[in-house]
Amino acid sequence: MSSEIIFGLYIFALATFVGYQVISRVPALLHTPLMSGTNAISGISLVGSLVAAGRGHDAISTALGTIAVAAATINVVGGFMITDRMLRMFKSKKAPASLPEKKA
Amino acid sequence: MREQLINLAYLVASILFILCLRGLSSPEQGKRGIFLGELGMLIAVVATLFKAEIISYQWIVAGLLIGALIGTAISARLPMTKMPERIAFSHAFGGLATSLVGIAEFRRHMLGEELSRLETGALGFEVFLGALTFTGSLMAFGKLQGFISGAPITYKGQNFTNIGAFLATLGLIAYQVAVPDAPLWMFFLVLATGLVLGITAVLPIGGADMPVVISLLNSYAGLAACATGFALGSNILIISGALDGSSGLLLSLLMSKAMNRSFANVVFGAFGTGGGTAALTAGGPAKGYNEATIEDAAAVLAASQNVIIVPGYGMAVSQAQHAVRDLAAALEKKGVDVKYAIHPVAGRMPGHMNVLLAEANVPYDVLYDLDMINDDFGRTDCVIVVGANDVVNPGAKTDKQSPIFGMPVFNVELSRSVIVLKRSMNTGFSGVDNELFYLPNTMMVLGDAKKTLIALFQAVKGDGH
Repeated sequence: MSSEIIFGLYIFALATFVGYQVISRVPALLHTPLMSGTNAISGISLVGSLVAAGRGHDAISTALGTIAVAAATINVVGGFMITDRMLRMFKSKKAPASLPEKKA
Repeated sequence: MREQLINLAYLVASILFILCLRGLSSPEQGKRGIFLGELGMLIAVVATLFKAEIISYQWIVAGLLIGALIGTAISARLPMTKMPERIAFSHAFGGLATSLVGIAEFRRHMLGEELSRLETGALGFEVFLGALTFTGSLMAFGKLQGFISGAPITYKGQNFTNIGAFLATLGLIAYQVAVPDAPLWMFFLVLATGLVLGITAVLPIGGADMPVVISLLNSYAGLAACATGFALGSNILIISGALDGSSGLLLSLLMSKAMNRSFANVVFGAFGTGGGTAALTAGGPAKGYNEATIEDAAAVLAASQNVIIVPGYGMAVSQAQHAVRDLAAALEKKGVDVKYAIHPVAGRMPGHMNVLLAEANVPYDVLYDLDMINDDFGRTDCVIVVGANDVVNPGAKTDKQSPIFGMPVFNVELSRSVIVLKRSMNTGFSGVDNELFYLPNTMMVLGDAKKTLIALFQAVKGDGH
């Protein structure tokens, strides 16, 4: 077994652990923004598809890469946009002036 | 030197992604978190464009432009009621992107380039999981959108064939890793089984289980990205994929727990086919219920000091969130204390109800989780159930025959009176009958939830003059 795969597994295990810790702190309130946010982040497959589209191998590889770039970009642009839109909708009772609340 | 700088940029981007998710621990920090995520993505993309392997940019630009255009089009003005479909759809794109990258990498091998064992194995998993996510998400999308029946579709030996196909695929990948010059068709067979399994695995899962399915597909999309990372030797892909994967896994575990069902039971369950009808007939046909008019319901509300609203998928279907907000505002104006009880699996995806109510400008401080509010029902004058069913079914606590027995539910029956807004007396999606509807302190107001709520709002508002 190559050291490359061991190294990759190290990173995978640690990142999963960090992910689990960070995400268990997300309240149920924000589970939908969490899904669309992680969706946007998963668009990082662009790192692979950009190379596939620009490597100039042959027509088929370039075509596959281009479609992959488009699909991943849809997730990046759309995902971040809609997550941001959603988060802007969440308002606290204390913040808006339209709903006055007595303060101690 | 250039490679090192690119890798350094990837490291920065990875940290920003983690901070982005960390920001989602509260709505206030969330916006900043998303900004950090966007920044991370920008850094990663720009760094990638500097890679030495990239020699032409025309197709990259074309792909980026098309993607940005479509991404904006399906996000900028999308109504929040369509969010489950939207999420399922974007998982499909994620799966598509990873499997296409996998095929493009394999194409190099077809043109004569040697692949290491690690690359072969990782590419196998990448296209398998990517393809499975792609068709599975399209199926989930179709079920949510109503193109495909939302009811579970089952046939004999279903689980057997699915598991068999899964194991066979693992065997195929293992063979390709073990035998360096394995025939090329094996790779494409792995791809094909991924595509087919995505369809057959989602077919037997019913609409009410969609929150788990969508979370699971989220997790698969992440694992596919991880496999891509292993295939390309890219740490940022492994990290982001692991974040995505653990998020999806955690959400699906939470959702399964909220339904008191094991993970395996959801995936292989085909819920709502057998047990539901048994529960239905057990009660006998002669059960009476109190059908109430708007005036009756308004009178009960007028006599209440505190009210809890329990929204469910029915609220999303009739787009009643704004009408709910108006009624709550009218009640608050009269000095009534109004809270919302949100069940983890209400709706079709995790957090569905929260987003809808946020869209309708309901402040999030009055939205309560199951654990936070369940003891309050006994002290509540009136509960309004808006298109929720299973999450308020007392049978989940008492009826061992019920398919939802053991699922944590709201104790709405303990409140002084319950107003249930429901389209009709049909048992609905899961086919499970609900005792709540026949209790003496329950009033059924049948009809479209939105229309009923608007009428109630007018009745409550006019009442005080």
